[in-house]
Amino acid sequence: MRINPRHTQKGAVIILGGATILVLLILAFIIIFILEKGLPVVNLQFLSSKPRDLGRAGGIFPTIIGTIILPVVALLIATPLGVFTSVYLSEYTKETTLTKVIRFGTDCLAGIPSIIFGLFGYIFFVITLQMGWSILAGSLTLAVMVLPTIIRTSEEAIRAVPKVYREVSFSLGASGWQTVKKVILPNALPGIVTGVMLSIGRSIGETAAVIFTAGSSLRIPTTAFDSVRTMAVHFYILAREGISQENAYGTAATLIIAVLIINLTAYWLMNRFIARRG
Amino acid sequence: MSTKFNIHNFNFYFNGSPVLKDLNLDVTSNEILGVIGPAGSGKTTFLRSLNRMNELEAGIRTEGEILMDGQNIYDPEVDVAGLRKRVGMVFAMPVPLPMSIYENVVYGPRLSGISSKSRLDELVEKSLKEAFIWDEVRDRLKLSGLRLSGGQQQRLCLARVLAMKPEVILLDEPCSGLDPISTAKIEDALTVLKKEYTIILVTNNTKQAARVADKTAFFLMGEMIEVGLTRQIFTAPAKKETHDYITGRFG
Ligand SMILES: Nc1ncnc2c1ncn2[C@@H]1O[C@H](COP(=O)(O)OP(=O)(O)OP(=O)(O)O)[C@@H](O)[C@H]1O
Ligand SMILES: [Mg+2]
Repeated sequence: MRINPRHTQKGAVIILGGATILVLLILAFIIIFILEKGLPVVNLQFLSSKPRDLGRAGGIFPTIIGTIILPVVALLIATPLGVFTSVYLSEYTKETTLTKVIRFGTDCLAGIPSIIFGLFGYIFFVITLQMGWSILAGSLTLAVMVLPTIIRTSEEAIRAVPKVYREVSFSLGASGWQTVKKVILPNALPGIVTGVMLSIGRSIGETAAVIFTAGSSLRIPTTAFDSVRTMAVHFYILAREGISQENAYGTAATLIIAVLIINLTAYWLMNRFIARRG
Repeated sequence: MSTKFNIHNFNFYFNGSPVLKDLNLDVTSNEILGVIGPAGSGKTTFLRSLNRMNELEAGIRTEGEILMDGQNIYDPEVDVAGLRKRVGMVFAMPVPLPMSIYENVVYGPRLSGISSKSRLDELVEKSLKEAFIWDEVRDRLKLSGLRLSGGQQQRLCLARVLAMKPEVILLDEPCSGLDPISTAKIEDALTVLKKEYTIILVTNNTKQAARVADKTAFFLMGEMIEVGLTRQIFTAPAKKETHDYITGRFG
């Protein structure tokens, strides 16, 4: 028996639309749940003061610093490294077994649980290189963790740049590097930024890899060798050890709003960039 | 009349199979050489051999030599980017880079290190005029090149090549997607430009070769069957294959 295409079309719309609505509902539920519980404690005082009594009272100011500084340093290290690697892989090497192995390797690395990176960072950066629990060790670990994502998304973005643009650039007497700089990177930028945004999101929300490498000190850091606590770690400790549910949710609400703001700003910047290039 | 290219026993292979076979041809300066022939006869490959664009492809091999002003362009010493600045190319599909009209035109000059605003402005105006498109875009040089019509885009691509001040311009079926009026504009531009440049025009449209080319070469299955004055090729070709092709009797 054949089903009338009009019915299958209708069925497809219902299933696809239903799935989308379900996803949106779940997402909205989580966000509203956390904001509802957390927002009442969030105020200027909460954001700008130090925690007291292990976080039972007071604010979360040092953890905001930690949340900003770890991902920023991590991305400052990982972005150029990742983008250059992907440029090299896609523009300067021919497709060989070696590049396939490298690509397979990065895919595997991208799928490794973050706690493994945490352990690696602990053994290598904290112990072997004697960095101790520090901003440096934490950022380097996060950088290693997000590197595969940045390489892969950048590579996809670079490959998506039409081949004819390369041809035109070369035919006008450009070198490989000039072509990369003037044509390929600007056109791949939206894709690269997406990868960086994903990585920032992952770094901000990361707990396992950070606890092992940056520690969980509540003091405000003054050097790269000081330990810091991020909001995600703070939330984890407050909730896990039953220190303060209200402050845990307050921290979570702040975290969600921060991620939202970062994403919106990035999209706004990117749209402006695309509009300007026309 | 001086000779721009001397091509001696030139062979070209893609993955071992011959695409250009034992090519011998002289290209005269300040003339338009039309290149005609059926699909797959090696016209594009011939054109891209002259600015070494074929080298972007994997698995290619060449034999023989192509002399440009007496120097073999396949000599290992030759700076390929420099060669491509001397031998500009307009592709079959118009491909403006995704940037403004102005930036498209100054792409080549900027690569050569020209950065003075007045110098670039001057080049933009001159090149766009030479490509017969200045009047249509003079008020909107900041507009993205992608927003132009197909015919305008192709003339922009011509202007972009002219701005490099090349010695030779290669055109690969530049009018294949264009309407008669845009085609006429390009042809007009070429007839003026040949005073300053050497032009090689690959075309699927034999009438176009008859209209604008000084000499015409006929390619068939990787071989150049014959070359001669356009009038002679179209009225009294020496070879039967040429006659069959231009009279449209080719199978
Ligand atoms: N990148 C490539 N790899 C392998 N073979 C190729 C490649 N490019 C072209 N060829 C082959 O070389 C031969 C000549 O191709 P070419 O593009 O030069 O023909 P053409 O005369 O320009 O044809 P058309 O009129 O259709 O543009 C064809 O048989 C084609 O299959
Ligand atoms: Mg062709």
